[in-house]
Amino acid sequence: MSTQVTPEAPARPAKAAGARPDTVLYDAPGPRARRRALAGSVVATVVIAALVAVVVSRLADAGQLTAEKWGPVLDPGNEVFDQVWRLLGLGLRATLTAAAISIVLSLVLGTLLGSLRMMLPGSARWPLVGVMELLRGLPVVIAIYFASRVLPDIGVDLSGLPGEDGLWYLVIGLVAYNVVIIAEILRAGVASLPRGQREAALSIGLTHGQTMRLVLLPQAFRVMLPALVSQIVVVLKDTSLAAVLGIYPELLRRANRIAQNLDNPIPMVVVAGVIFIVINVLLGRLAVYLERRMSRRTAH
Amino acid sequence: MDAITENLGLFAEGYLVSLQLCLWGLVGSLVLGTVVAACRVSPVPPLRAFGTSWVEVVRNCPLTVVLFFFAFGLPEIGVNASYWVFGVTALIVYTSAFVCEALRAGINAVPAGQAEAARAIGLTFTQSLRTIVLPQAFRSSVPPLGSVLIAMFKNSAVVGAFGVGRDLFSVGNSLTSAQGYAALPVLTGVAIGYLLITLPAGGVLAVVERKVAIAR
Repeated sequence: MSTQVTPEAPARPAKAAGARPDTVLYDAPGPRARRRALAGSVVATVVIAALVAVVVSRLADAGQLTAEKWGPVLDPGNEVFDQVWRLLGLGLRATLTAAAISIVLSLVLGTLLGSLRMMLPGSARWPLVGVMELLRGLPVVIAIYFASRVLPDIGVDLSGLPGEDGLWYLVIGLVAYNVVIIAEILRAGVASLPRGQREAALSIGLTHGQTMRLVLLPQAFRVMLPALVSQIVVVLKDTSLAAVLGIYPELLRRANRIAQNLDNPIPMVVVAGVIFIVINVLLGRLAVYLERRMSRRTAH
Repeated sequence: MDAITENLGLFAEGYLVSLQLCLWGLVGSLVLGTVVAACRVSPVPPLRAFGTSWVEVVRNCPLTVVLFFFAFGLPEIGVNASYWVFGVTALIVYTSAFVCEALRAGINAVPAGQAEAARAIGLTFTQSLRTIVLPQAFRSSVPPLGSVLIAMFKNSAVVGAFGVGRDLFSVGNSLTSAQGYAALPVLTGVAIGYLLITLPAGGVLAVVERKVAIAR
């Protein structure tokens, strides 16, 4: 595409702006570029439609589009419809429970850990930084597996806690990882504040702890709210790691169990995926909304 | 620690298998992610729509769901492959969405004035793309791309946990479950194995970031 600045390009900004993505890659298209884009659109539509047709015919040939496969999740008249959705509901509740507990614990412990890291004097900070780096480099699934295998092995008894053991292994693994992430997000938030905030707080006689608690952290939370919401999406997705390890009956594991009973893996995995996507898209919207609001309000 | 020293060979093999998983994921997700990013910033609306929906769907779906879909769904329509192939493909598909977003963020970080100035001094579209926009876009994509790739290295453990066999996770699993070793030392060994992938990767990333950093 050799789009040169054509004389008429500035004359049609409204039309061009509507069709253009927010990119520096190209200028407002001239007549030739528009013709090419149109031709490209036609070709792309045909190719995408052909791909979709191939997939659909593959699905149909394999008998995957029958009421037998999809009825249990889509047809309220199906005999197992109620049961399937009751089980999925239980799974969703288990997923949300694990995610909620993990997020709250990670926020509380992450704030403590982050403040500790920022307030410790240089030499005392290193062991803490070392542990944090190790935890950050460890895959979450390993952390959860570690919790579920090692804790019972060394005699840690979680049966006093409400819920099943699996829930707490999942929570411990998720928290161990996310505590560090949250601490780092807050540290970045505090670092983004103007230096004068801390200096002013100290000069009016607040202690280091008070400065952190009353002045820096509240602002850091506000600045980093979008990042924290995005981290909630990550935690929610990571709860499904329990399905791979088979330790906790969350949404995906429930869906997989149902799929084994009804022999319809495609519909069940798709349904579980759609539920995750809907929740996460909503959370993503929330993060974008918070970011917009934040950029309007913090104009320092 | 006997559990580790006695089975050092197994751990070493597991490490190499896990590393292989990471490298396949690295190459595949960079290629696929670049293709999706190219679609997403192209001037062709259907391709943009395809790129956007790809990213939205894949990014908001847990990797485990993608894995289950590939490993249990595809055989239903007659696509048969080993868990290894399904696992690597799922990892690539999942990571491609994040690679795409990192690249797109890099392109959007180039100030519009750069492209305008390039056009003003008479560079053609290809020239301005090749010499002005993309080099800068690439440089500012490096930090987010690096975090995406390190996250992918960690996600390769999920593929391992799913059961591709012989990788670090499977070694840990078989030593503790089938051979009755105590969990703590074995899993510490597994953890060290993964740290030997992610920590050096983080080091390499830091070096690369320093090399390509530009002051804006």
